[in-house]
Amino acid sequence: MKALVWHGKEDIRCDEVTDPQIEDPRDAIIKVTSCAICGSDLHLFHNFIPGMLPGDIMGHETMGEVVETGDGMDGKLKKGDRIVVPFTIICGQCEQCKRGNFSVCETTNRKRHLAEKVFGHTTAGLFGYTHLTGGYPGGQAEYLRVPFADTTHIKIPEGLSDEQVLFLSDIFPTGWQAAAQCDIEPTDTVAIWGCGPVGQMAIRSAILLGANQVIAIDCLPERLSMAEAGGATVIDFKTESVMDRLQELTDGRGPEKCIDATGMESHVMPSQPDTILDRAKQMLMLESDRPHVLREMIYLCRPGGVISIPGVYSGFSDKIPMGALMNKGLTVRTGQTHVNRWTDDLLRRIADGEIDPSFVITHTVDLEHGPEMYRLFRDKQDSCVKVVLKP
Amino acid sequence: MYYVANIMRSKGDPKIVRSGPRHVPPANRLARSLGWFSIGLGALELFAPRRITRTLGMQGNETLVRAFGLREIFSGIMSLSVDRNAGLWSRVAGDGLDAAALMSAMTRHNPKKHNVALALLMIGGIAMLDYRGAQETARRPQNGRRRLYPDRSGFPKGLAAARDAARKVLSHTKASVS
Ligand SMILES: NC(=O)c1ccc[n+]([C@@H]2O[C@H](COP(=O)([O-])OP(=O)(O)OC[C@H]3O[C@@H](n4cnc5c(N)ncnc54)[C@H](O)[C@@H]3O)[C@@H](O)[C@H]2O)c1
Ligand SMILES: [Zn+2]
Ligand SMILES: [Zn+2]
Repeated sequence: MKALVWHGKEDIRCDEVTDPQIEDPRDAIIKVTSCAICGSDLHLFHNFIPGMLPGDIMGHETMGEVVETGDGMDGKLKKGDRIVVPFTIICGQCEQCKRGNFSVCETTNRKRHLAEKVFGHTTAGLFGYTHLTGGYPGGQAEYLRVPFADTTHIKIPEGLSDEQVLFLSDIFPTGWQAAAQCDIEPTDTVAIWGCGPVGQMAIRSAILLGANQVIAIDCLPERLSMAEAGGATVIDFKTESVMDRLQELTDGRGPEKCIDATGMESHVMPSQPDTILDRAKQMLMLESDRPHVLREMIYLCRPGGVISIPGVYSGFSDKIPMGALMNKGLTVRTGQTHVNRWTDDLLRRIADGEIDPSFVITHTVDLEHGPEMYRLFRDKQDSCVKVVLKP
Repeated sequence: MYYVANIMRSKGDPKIVRSGPRHVPPANRLARSLGWFSIGLGALELFAPRRITRTLGMQGNETLVRAFGLREIFSGIMSLSVDRNAGLWSRVAGDGLDAAALMSAMTRHNPKKHNVALALLMIGGIAMLDYRGAQETARRPQNGRRRLYPDRSGFPKGLAAARDAARKVLSHTKASVS
């Protein structure tokens, strides 16, 4: 089959690989009908997250049709079922899974010793996302083996298109969890840094969760226009002062809830000198992330507020204003998304026509053109917001 | 062909049979060459500043040359990284500094001033390459028209309806809590 394979920094190719095979009774194999490229894939494309090996298959936003199952499905999944695959692999039986903390499932990381060394504990296995999280082959391919498939799936009822439900795999629940973790009150202003696919989903989620005002920050006109369409007031950080505008929009109080939908690769630019220093430190391996957005959020958030971080950070961040964080009594909430905690509710909302996540798709191409699409999405060319691949 | 990567996969994992083509935009190749050039020159300036000052008749400026060497290495590594655009711009700025330093050595009584002139000429040429590279590796669309998405709310029933429904639910849950 064909698959998008990581060969090194900025080197993803469409390779011919062998078909995946069932290894365990709880495995299933799906024929992929749609998959997508995520902002997290860009961190891997740049080799900013340690633990990728040449030959790793990319992709963690995938859906398709079950073509083969192991014999441990317990009636929960069968050939012919149409499923979306959550990017977090879950066992459904460990204590964390029982609590709904799916992204820190204690069983599914098959390279747990690596995670334990680096993070102190193991976290869940993830598709197409470094050997720290199991080194599982990803879903930007024609076929995908889903481990623990009896629990790791979202069954899709008839009548919904791939485009409507594909993002249940990651970015929709990710934006949703980012907003849900804010415990939004009807008087709240929610400020969201980054209007990529995750930011866009967070904006819609904050609206659906009843925020009084949603403010979105980015510098790309096409993304800001999409944010505005979703109900956000926008700030272009290239031409406006984020601090002044936020103060103005909140009568000088600052937003109660702040969401970082940018992550470790904040734009490097002279008007934000800390990003230049971070970039230099990254080069000398003195720091792994560029946490400009975190610093800005902590400084601008209203005391007593919440900082919610769906954006991915990989290792060590410097100059985090702990004094402001502590004295303002801010709450920090973060994590890889506990996808299945939210998907029943979100699937119902899609089916009821409350929301249609396909609005974010700007490019649909076949798998062979995937490598070019990585560049296009990374470079924000051609007004790209989200790329869907059709194997 | 033999792929090392394949031995690290478990038995049911897909293994590479044939690798597809690698896409490297031409501008990135230019950035690569300039990056390595920068590192090479930087190393020379850092470790053998005397040779340079002697050739240019600029004895006594070794510390300056060393500092320039560090700068070259920094720009070089940056030009090889994913932020090659920033690296190339820093090279353009560096070319300016180099030229300024060389101009100061273009005095009548410098016996090596023909070497200085030659170096200035070279820098002129390289600066043009650096500038071209910086232009071509810019990440934003240089030509293509930009599309905007003012009609993509994501709410099939409209934004106002989504807002209203949410507020109703919120006030409802609030009421039932108190
Ligand atoms: N927690 C999770 O489970 C999870 C899931 C999916 C994605 N993510 C992470 O979410 C982040 C965003 O993903 P995406 O797909 O939207 O990626 P993306 O790269 O398309 O979007 C990032 C956006 O941030 C903007 N940005 C950069 N610097 C900024 C700054 N200083 N201020 C404001 N905006 C800035 C960029 O212009 C861009 O539009 C990534 O870090 C990704 O890894 C996390
Ligand atoms: Zn993702
Ligand atoms: Zn578990």
